[in-house]
Amino acid sequence: MPVMSYLQAISDGLRVEMRRDKRVYVIGQDVGVYGGAFKVTQGFQDEFGPWRVIDAPLAETAIVGSCTGAAIMGMRPVAEMQFADFVSCAWDHLVTVAAKQRYRAGTPVPIVVRCPSGGGFSGGPFHSQNPESSFAHIPGLKVVCPATPADAKGLLISSIEDPNPVLYMEHKHLYRRIKDEVPEERYTIPLGEARIHREGDDITLVTWGAMVYTADEAATQVEAEGISVELIDLRTVAPWDKQAVLKSVEKTSKALVLHEDTRTGGFGAEIVATITEEAFESLDAPVKRVTAPDAPVPFSPPLEKAFIPQVEDVVAGLKDLAAY
Amino acid sequence: MAQVAAAEPELRRVIGDGETVADGEVDGLSEADLVALYRDLVLLRTYDERSVVYHRQGRIGTYAIFWNHEAMQAGAAFALGDDDWIFPSYRESAIGLLRGMPAETILSWWRGHPAGWWNPADYNVASISVPIATHVPHAAGLAWGKKLRGEDACAIAFFGDGATSEGAFHEGANFAAVMRAPLVLLCNNNGWAISTPLSAQTRAEALVDKAVGYGMPGTRVDGADVLAVYEATREAVERARGGEGPSFIEAVTYRTAPHATADDPRVYIDLERVEAEKKRECVGRYEGYLRRLGVLSDEAVEEIRGDAADVMRTGIGAAEAESPADIGLVFEHAYVDPPPSLAADLADLRRILGGSSG
Repeated sequence: MPVMSYLQAISDGLRVEMRRDKRVYVIGQDVGVYGGAFKVTQGFQDEFGPWRVIDAPLAETAIVGSCTGAAIMGMRPVAEMQFADFVSCAWDHLVTVAAKQRYRAGTPVPIVVRCPSGGGFSGGPFHSQNPESSFAHIPGLKVVCPATPADAKGLLISSIEDPNPVLYMEHKHLYRRIKDEVPEERYTIPLGEARIHREGDDITLVTWGAMVYTADEAATQVEAEGISVELIDLRTVAPWDKQAVLKSVEKTSKALVLHEDTRTGGFGAEIVATITEEAFESLDAPVKRVTAPDAPVPFSPPLEKAFIPQVEDVVAGLKDLAAY
Repeated sequence: MAQVAAAEPELRRVIGDGETVADGEVDGLSEADLVALYRDLVLLRTYDERSVVYHRQGRIGTYAIFWNHEAMQAGAAFALGDDDWIFPSYRESAIGLLRGMPAETILSWWRGHPAGWWNPADYNVASISVPIATHVPHAAGLAWGKKLRGEDACAIAFFGDGATSEGAFHEGANFAAVMRAPLVLLCNNNGWAISTPLSAQTRAEALVDKAVGYGMPGTRVDGADVLAVYEATREAVERARGGEGPSFIEAVTYRTAPHATADDPRVYIDLERVEAEKKRECVGRYEGYLRRLGVLSDEAVEEIRGDAADVMRTGIGAAEAESPADIGLVFEHAYVDPPPSLAADLADLRRILGGSSG
């Protein structure tokens, strides 16, 4: 099985679908000649031509709005926001239009909006955010947050195939840092099915995206002290795999939810509330959250490190829970 | 490739080429003014060139280069009064230098250090707009507010050619026109939005044509001619102060440097054109103009360059001498009145870090 970086796996998934399905096209800023700001679509224009790999004007509203229109007439557009942060310009089209089109007119809107998200490399407040919770809150939208190269490919193909608007949050800090085996053939991974990243007995740790690796390192550290952690990678937050989380909590009786996004109204709150509602009898400790604080993402490297949950933050949270 | 001809005849120019095209002049500028303008250009140029070096040395973060954009920044700023507000994009990050802002402040900004956060009201220079075109409506609103209060001041917003494709630009420009806000819209048309050429950005023959649709006058100037930019801005400022509303200036140049230090333009840019444009870069052109006028000596040039170099040496020294930012800033700065939960978060973080980070 070939080894690919997370970034290569995204490219591979996109290429596979574009070869298979002529309705799929890519549009975004600098995606064509330049191959994308992060080079996800490098070589795509040579293979698929400028009318399927489209360099758009600087207009996120028009990019997402035109994808919505094209999807309604049967195309399968994949829009790239250069950074997830810039999707705010397209909020109106995603939330007011695309998310509600199926509900009010019966017409599906099969668009994918690729959103390079997340921090960890001093990108500052406008190039580092994780907006998944905002969109997970909107009925009609799906939100995907892959952590591994194999998931990145399979989930992207599923997102393109999905008849609903999907926000695909690809974490920039994983692009070149994470490499793993990825099946060569086309495959899909169902949206809404979590993955057990490591099995354990004492504490359930729920997370997604780049935090999977932070969580894994923390779990390894506390394992040396006899604390066994079951790490669940949600893979998608809308829909999210409630059953996988509840089942694990029933086994471990303690849970920690970790996310890179800010705390208040973050998706962790939804998970904690659900655990409290549906697995209260299984709990031996209050469910804990480790998240970024309610502040913009700092540009300053030391401040960003303090802002984004680090291994030591998760270790402290796990130890608190274990001691409870 | 971008359709920006190297010598478009209709562009407003003042500076000649020392050979076939004669030098013009701008009324009302004394010799001291002309030299002061040169000083501004050299300061910006020095800032930019040193910053690229500092970036390579790892002393500042990713940096948006503005080499050969100094003329439109210095020329426009020179036409403003101190009460007039400047709304810079990242391409004009150092324009505060022309308002007396220390280089340390701007270098700290590019270092991601809180010492780089200035209060806009201290200099009448708004925070650098990192998102594209979001500051156009802000500038329109500030200008409108000045008008409502009966103040004489106006605002100028700097933005690039790519910004004219954004909804925020359209809404801000239209709003300013409808409200007759005292605003100058200065479009830095350098032909490129990262890798996207102007021809893929618009089908308009010239960006200045957009002004017609908003019902405001538009002027198209050579963006590397500091005097042409100055003169056009002065006219726009007069209109703004006279209650006639906003104006649009398209300052045309060609991006000879990467979009930012993280960009490699070789895969998309016309390298021959870059070399040609470097030969007619804005600081050298103005220097030639002043020398032909006989108002700039070798000694003066040397002194002005030396002063600018000193500003940068002092600036980077001071920026690097700042103690590391305390993590409390993350929690104390997000709100005017931080909610109690943030104080609890901070206490928690300090506990985890064992007090080691302050």
